[in-house]
Amino acid sequence: MEALLREYLPILIFLMIAVGLAVAAVGGSWIVARQRPDREKDSPYECGFAPFNDARRQFDVRFYLVAILFIIFDLEVAFLFPWAISLGSIGLFGFWSMVVFLGILTIGFIYEWKKGALEWE
Amino acid sequence: MIVQGLAFYMFAAIAVASAVMVISARNPVHSVLFLILAFFNAAGLFVLMGAEFIAMILVVVYVGAVAVLFLFVVMMLDISFSELRHGFLQYLPMGGLIGVVLLAELLTIVVGWLISPQVGEVRAHPTPPIDQLTNTHAIGRILYTDYIYLFQAAGMVLLVAMVGAIVLTLRSREGVKKQRIATQLARRREDSVEIKKVQPGSGI
Amino acid sequence: MINLTPVIPELVLACGGMALLMIGVFRGDGAMRSVAWISVLVLVVAGIASGTLSSDRQVVFGGQFVTDAFAQFAKWLVVIGAVFGIAMSLSYNERHEVARFEFPVLIVFATLGMFMMISANDLISLYVGLELQSLSLYVLAAFRRDNLRSSEAGLKYFVLGALSSGMLLYGASLVYGFAGSTGFDALAGVFKTGSGPSIGLIVGMVFVIAGLAFKISAVPFHMWTPDVYEGAPTPVTAFFALAPKIAAFALFMRVLTGPFGPLVAEWQQIVWLLAIASMILGALAAIWQSNIKRLLAYSSIGHVGYALVGLAAGNETGVRGVLIYLAIYLAMSAGAFCCVLAMRRGNRMVEGIDDLAGLSRTQPMVALAMAVLMFSMAGIPPLAGFFGKLYVFLAAVQAGLYALAVIGVLASVIGAYYYLRIIKIMYFDEPAESMDRPVGREIGAIMAASTLFIVLFFVYPSPILNGAQTAAAALFAG
Repeated sequence: MEALLREYLPILIFLMIAVGLAVAAVGGSWIVARQRPDREKDSPYECGFAPFNDARRQFDVRFYLVAILFIIFDLEVAFLFPWAISLGSIGLFGFWSMVVFLGILTIGFIYEWKKGALEWE
Repeated sequence: MIVQGLAFYMFAAIAVASAVMVISARNPVHSVLFLILAFFNAAGLFVLMGAEFIAMILVVVYVGAVAVLFLFVVMMLDISFSELRHGFLQYLPMGGLIGVVLLAELLTIVVGWLISPQVGEVRAHPTPPIDQLTNTHAIGRILYTDYIYLFQAAGMVLLVAMVGAIVLTLRSREGVKKQRIATQLARRREDSVEIKKVQPGSGI
Repeated sequence: MINLTPVIPELVLACGGMALLMIGVFRGDGAMRSVAWISVLVLVVAGIASGTLSSDRQVVFGGQFVTDAFAQFAKWLVVIGAVFGIAMSLSYNERHEVARFEFPVLIVFATLGMFMMISANDLISLYVGLELQSLSLYVLAAFRRDNLRSSEAGLKYFVLGALSSGMLLYGASLVYGFAGSTGFDALAGVFKTGSGPSIGLIVGMVFVIAGLAFKISAVPFHMWTPDVYEGAPTPVTAFFALAPKIAAFALFMRVLTGPFGPLVAEWQQIVWLLAIASMILGALAAIWQSNIKRLLAYSSIGHVGYALVGLAAGNETGVRGVLIYLAIYLAMSAGAFCCVLAMRRGNRMVEGIDDLAGLSRTQPMVALAMAVLMFSMAGIPPLAGFFGKLYVFLAAVQAGLYALAVIGVLASVIGAYYYLRIIKIMYFDEPAESMDRPVGREIGAIMAASTLFIVLFFVYPSPILNGAQTAAAALFAG
């Protein structure tokens, strides 16, 4: 347990530095600089143009479909990690088990490809 | 050891604080961002317990994918927040009551803490000591062989999720011009060129 | 190597479902009818495969999967429900321009989930099967996605279904935490020998029961039922009323008599309460309904209550009564929903109870079938519905639950009022505009078959009675 956590110590230190740096940068400017906001200063900067419209426009539902298909394949990849590192001890049976699993998802993949869910139009 | 304790309190405090912010932030996008922060801290807590794999899955799946999905949904819906907040006070008593009931239940369980004496015997797969075998290895050794039934069933659930998402949201738009290579290549001269004999002085 | 013989029915469904998905996607939506009929074939093959397995108890996959006579009986009921669901949907889907091949494929996947639920022998396989089934059902409820009511039904079903799954998982995790195992056999062993269950275990069990009560829509976890039944496309509603309810009930019985069997004193009171509340609410709330689908939703809640009476007895006779009740309920609901599907006027579905006025003159056969089904649902002898109630009440009386039986009889008397009201409207009210004819081949066939079954049940009841007897005995053998 101790050894495991020691491996994560660099990440913890890294997180500390990142958070500390961010706090220092934002907090420093907040304390040191004079704050005098007005409407022009608060408006979003868009390469010198006046913004065309509100950034909070409604998104198309098509993004959602892409996101959910992404999650499904993300989960598939999550299943691959433990399989990859323990393949040596689970043998051929474990190998074919994963192949069947991937086969099921490939059926889904063919389905969505043929349906045109991956095309943007 | 002391670093471990400090890290625990830091992760726990930030997780609770960001969870509170998730439900109290004025802007829904901020809520989602706080949710991501809460997930991150939960991942940190899992690492402290030695459950590395779950911690990494939390980061990969929840932070990487689910939170993005939440953001899309929040942006897709045209929610007016002042209206949502409108009913807050109205539902507060009922919500509070349910919360108190749940808390009471949890306390009862904590008070009546009595783990069955046979736990040691019936456990199917005790967690191996972490210095001998990492968490991910331990999962990998049983998930694909001993639990193959559930593993393939999970595959079927994912397949149905895929089919369901497409059935409910995919629409083919009319009037979109796109290149269909197969149709292009399958085109033959007979389909498109026609030879007509044109008599002089008359049209076709 | 793993013995795959007991899971052949599930393998047939899984491979069949995926093959159908491929056929459909390569042939396009025009192939809806052929995909649907192949789905029926796949379902029947899976049912036969399940029926030809040895009826001895077989446990595979390290105790996660079990098959026995009980599973065989329940799987047959589910297969019949699913086949009816597909057959009823054909012409409806074509008329409403939702003739998409995914519909029968999703029903096949849902049936796979139900098979897994029925054969679950572990809390994890219970949950995975339940999710596979529910996920397909959410999509089916919202299948008419351009229809506001259908989308609403799908969303409501999804939110409340997710809530119930959450409760189930919470309970399952408590049980796992306190007992140390998710396997049903191991859990039963722990509960049998332990010196009384701890509070944590009881809380966990109650949460599991609450989650499952959602799925069978027992009061007070019924609130999604009327809205979903009303909003979902009618064939989907029919399917909801048939197959998932039976599968969830089978699961409920297996969980309560298997792992929680030694805790019968603890769960009996919960089931007792669920049964009484469901019977009373089912009887009273239906009286004020004007929509036939809502009425059937409340009626199904009432039927769940009667079936729970048998479960409350907590013994072999009780389970046998429940199984007989479910088989008869399957036939009655299938017939009733066929009548609802026959209610078309100017190519549009009508759902008001008043629209049935004078049906006896415009469509005498449909009216006759509906009348028989309503008499049966009300429990009037010698129709099948009477025997269903008889067996569960007998079991309750034998187990000494007199109050439950008396309340059940009273509730069915109240319930008879609204069933008879429908008959009165059909036979004695002035005819409204006539309905479209013909009703359609598949619908007519199912209606006729279920009505005949209801009428002739008392002539030759032994296959169902014996099947239920063997199944109930198998549940208590282990």
